[in-house]
Amino acid sequence: MITVIDYGAGNLRSVENALHYLGAPYQVTSKADEVAQANALLLPGVGHFGQMMRSLAMLDLILPIKEALGRKVPYLGICLGMHALFEASEEAPALPGLGILSGTIRRFTPGLKVPHMGWNQLQLKKSSRLFRGLSGDPYVYFAHYFYLPQDKNSKSASRENAAALTSYGIDFVAAIERGNLQGVQFHPEKSGDIGLRVVRNFVDDCLRSAGERD
Amino acid sequence: MLAKRVIACLDVKDGRVVKGIQFLDLRDAGDPAELAAAYNREGVDEVIFLDITASAEKRALIVETVARTARQVFIPLAVGGGIRSVADARGILLSGADKVSVNTAAVENPVLITQLSEEFGSQAVVLAIDARRNGDSWSVYTYGGRKLTDRNAIEWAAEGESLGAGEILLTSMDCDGTQNGFDCALTKAISRAVMIPVIASGGAGNAEHFAQVLTEGEADAALAASIFHYGTVRVSDLKRHLRSQGITVRL
Repeated sequence: MITVIDYGAGNLRSVENALHYLGAPYQVTSKADEVAQANALLLPGVGHFGQMMRSLAMLDLILPIKEALGRKVPYLGICLGMHALFEASEEAPALPGLGILSGTIRRFTPGLKVPHMGWNQLQLKKSSRLFRGLSGDPYVYFAHYFYLPQDKNSKSASRENAAALTSYGIDFVAAIERGNLQGVQFHPEKSGDIGLRVVRNFVDDCLRSAGERD
Repeated sequence: MLAKRVIACLDVKDGRVVKGIQFLDLRDAGDPAELAAAYNREGVDEVIFLDITASAEKRALIVETVARTARQVFIPLAVGGGIRSVADARGILLSGADKVSVNTAAVENPVLITQLSEEFGSQAVVLAIDARRNGDSWSVYTYGGRKLTDRNAIEWAAEGESLGAGEILLTSMDCDGTQNGFDCALTKAISRAVMIPVIASGGAGNAEHFAQVLTEGEADAALAASIFHYGTVRVSDLKRHLRSQGITVRL
């Protein structure tokens, strides 16, 4: 069972639609105990980092998420849901993220049209579970102002964790994968068949992981 | 590289498509969800529903239409027409649309743009501008082009951006319905006045028109309705043409 966290994210319904379409077992909740006991977590997101962190705090969900992640359950963060894993975002510098991974989310530099809106290509890095079955440079749908930079330091977490890069002025991290943690900057729930495949890969992962625990 | 987008617009009235697709074998050519799915299969990058429902009591139908579409079509979906408040927008966005587009309501109440962007993020807010040439500038019209305002289109686009719009949907009233090509001069002027994406609309007649407005017109996306519905231009053929012209598109 995938627990989809409801904190008022605008794309919650679309994420649910994708899970439903794929026949995935899921529940939607904003209850702390259900999040803490989840076997797999999905954090949707679109909008504002500060609003998301404030909503998660108001619903008392920050500790339960960390508790579940402490048990290494599969996690997929979409857009802001990926940003949430990091220490901070320039979108709301006063509010810390979950800080599970090190790094800061940055704003695109002036001179580029923002939002980075529309279909752009993934450059798939290393073999990842998220992109199993996909090859080439598939197009996926983005809508965002802030991004995870690709760290120049080859030993840094964000570089090692990058599962895909995308080019918009600079090369930024379009997807991360580290152990149980997965995150995508793009919107798989709005990226046609490619996006549905990414969601299905996560669902398969969750089912496998649940099977191993049984 | 970020691809240039091709967008199909469907006029929806009382939950049914007016001027449905005529060239594909569809079970129900009046069903917005089925038409959106057909365009998705053709490779369209985005679908916009323009709600032209006149009666207030049937307005709620658009929410149900969006919900039904979003359950089966997994590409970006925008809705315009009749959105006058944050509450109107919320119903539509929470049912699975990604963006709402505002036109007359934004001209009459510009703070609506800011309220929407603060509530849902700028990426969800499209400012639709209907513009017509007036001497050496372009004027903004409201109420579906029936009412001339005292606003200059270029200034309004820039103001809309600063108020929080995430995208401009620009319709040239001079070109709309002519099928003689988009208004490249207008589109370029607006595109240079803002740092948010600009969707060109009005005048599409053939594939080359799209190529022109996406290069010369400096548009980020181009929208059409009837030529797609009647099959004059197939989205899949259009995209192949654009690629052959060196334009980055998702194929």
